[in-house]
Amino acid sequence: MRIYVPRDSAAKALGAEEVVAAVRAEALRRGLEVTVVRNGSRGMVWLEPLLEVDSEAGRIAFGPVGPGDVAGLFDAGFGSHAKALGPTEDLPWMKAQTRLTFARCGVIDPLSLDDFQAHGGLAGLRRALGMTPDAIVAEVTDSGLRGRGGAGFPTGIKWKTVAGATADRKYIVCNADEGDSGTFADRMIMEGDPFTLIEGMVIAGLGVGADKGFIYSRSEYPDANAVLAEAIRLARAFGLLGASVLGLGPAFDIELRIGAGAYVCGEETALLNSLEGKRGVVRAKPPLPALEGFMGKPTVVNNVISLATVPVILERGASFYRDFGLGRSRGTIPLQIAGNVRRGGLFETAFGMSLGAIVDDLAGGTATGRPVKAVQVGGPLGAYFPRALFDTPFGYEEYAQKGGLIGHAGIVVFDDSADMLAQARFAMEFCAIESCGKCTPCRIGAVRGVETVDRIARGDAAAIPLLTDLCETMKAGSLCALGGFTPYPVMSALTHFPDDFHRSAKEAAE
Amino acid sequence: MMPGIADSAEQIGEILRAHDGLEGPLIPVLHAVQAAFGYIPGDALPLIAQHLNVSRAEVHGVISFYHDFREEPAGRHILKLCRAEACQAMGADRVAAHARDALGIGWHQTTPDGSVTLEPVFCLGLCACAPAALVDGRVLGRVDEARLDALIAEVRP
Repeated sequence: MRIYVPRDSAAKALGAEEVVAAVRAEALRRGLEVTVVRNGSRGMVWLEPLLEVDSEAGRIAFGPVGPGDVAGLFDAGFGSHAKALGPTEDLPWMKAQTRLTFARCGVIDPLSLDDFQAHGGLAGLRRALGMTPDAIVAEVTDSGLRGRGGAGFPTGIKWKTVAGATADRKYIVCNADEGDSGTFADRMIMEGDPFTLIEGMVIAGLGVGADKGFIYSRSEYPDANAVLAEAIRLARAFGLLGASVLGLGPAFDIELRIGAGAYVCGEETALLNSLEGKRGVVRAKPPLPALEGFMGKPTVVNNVISLATVPVILERGASFYRDFGLGRSRGTIPLQIAGNVRRGGLFETAFGMSLGAIVDDLAGGTATGRPVKAVQVGGPLGAYFPRALFDTPFGYEEYAQKGGLIGHAGIVVFDDSADMLAQARFAMEFCAIESCGKCTPCRIGAVRGVETVDRIARGDAAAIPLLTDLCETMKAGSLCALGGFTPYPVMSALTHFPDDFHRSAKEAAE
Repeated sequence: MMPGIADSAEQIGEILRAHDGLEGPLIPVLHAVQAAFGYIPGDALPLIAQHLNVSRAEVHGVISFYHDFREEPAGRHILKLCRAEACQAMGADRVAAHARDALGIGWHQTTPDGSVTLEPVFCLGLCACAPAALVDGRVLGRVDEARLDALIAEVRP
């Protein structure tokens, strides 16, 4: 009998290890032969730990399971039970998705290359190995894939620049420094299907002529790093990485590097400096990293999800992927629904879903049961949207038009107890703490921003135009998105929730 | 017994040699030194600088830039509480205030008995089961005041 209990950190954070211990103890007590598979998460975090068993009707889910439920589940023969949810694939959350990047996540044993290949793994790479580098790059360009880290730059164009550069060495750098609050798609794929990321990086190497890749992950992700390190070891032993990719292609190897708690290292040029062993200070562009990146060599810097999406594009073709989506946002996006929600987790779907459908229908409103006040989309540098903007369809341009950004597709919901002035203050405070210090608008502006919000909180309404002016300066004058985008949460809070700023003035006067 | 200076120099030398050949080895070296000693001892700076052919100022600059690297030993347990937005939406500020009160310390401080160091962290990727915490590398979700009290009792018997 096979029992699946995720090794995903969200499942662990909710007690998966205790459930596994209880399953093993119970199996031993009953003298039953049980294999426990530590899969990734299906993404339904409110049901974690989600225990599954094999059956003739496919996998059957139970959740959320606590260690105290385990004996009862055995008694019921994993049939009728209060925690029974039915076949996993039939759950509404699963059925409504288009899982391309996350097709295997939660299904397979993340550290089994057999399992990986049995579910379509390496098919994209095998096809790429029969193609010219130009054809690989063209396939990615034609798919319409854009950077999933936030900037939304077309992945294929970036690859083409690197492919066209002449150098003795080129690099593929995977940006796994997923520091945005409300995002965990990178973490989930690294913990749940790491070989997909490795396969995507190998394909990128073939496309641009690079033989070395780095994954720059975070120290805040100890579980993901352990899975990745083991996956890289297994990939080397299998010959997926090494002197000749699968014995058919050129050399490619990957090294895992761990950051050291600096948010700004998620910015690609700061990341490159950090990889080189320096302070994570942002570099001025140009030169583009595509031409002068790691150690001054042409470097592809792509987000985890961008790279992990490449295999399915190569496997099924550019047009298959491109046919999903809306406007210039092609393909699918793994939405990460978080914060104060009844149902939080990861939901992969074609671009275009409205924010209202995400928050009200998928997430089912707030966990506290209170009305939704604001939704921050795109991490700490993303705008706070009020209910009035809930008709906004999920897409790069669609959010930009409304004064926001989709970023890495993290969606954080707040109920009506949120104080938007406090959220604006936090955005400035965070920028001040995390600023690399290179440019003045960010380094000094964020500090002055905290002080100015404090003035508004004390009832000084004259400080409001000052804050607006400061945000304009930061937006226009900062070197990177940290200083440049901090105005998004601040200005959206001020614009959409003016009562929280003027109320403070009134309260102070009284 | 604490290892002597000569022993630590030997150990740091081993760490440095183990990282020979890496491209841009400084961050991995610093992680390894901190893993071995619990912090980056001041004595390590000149050794690292000399081995990597950079100045001591550059090594110091890197150590001071990153939140993870500490120049003093931490407590026996490190409690990291997430302070980012998704956790804020679920009451992380309230839980953090409770932690500071219960432990009687502020951020980046260690309890006088040396048992717990309290650190802020910005996002553990556990945003759908907030508020989140990391205790000595172990992840915890939906951390409320009661769960925090139990945790503190566990690490401070």
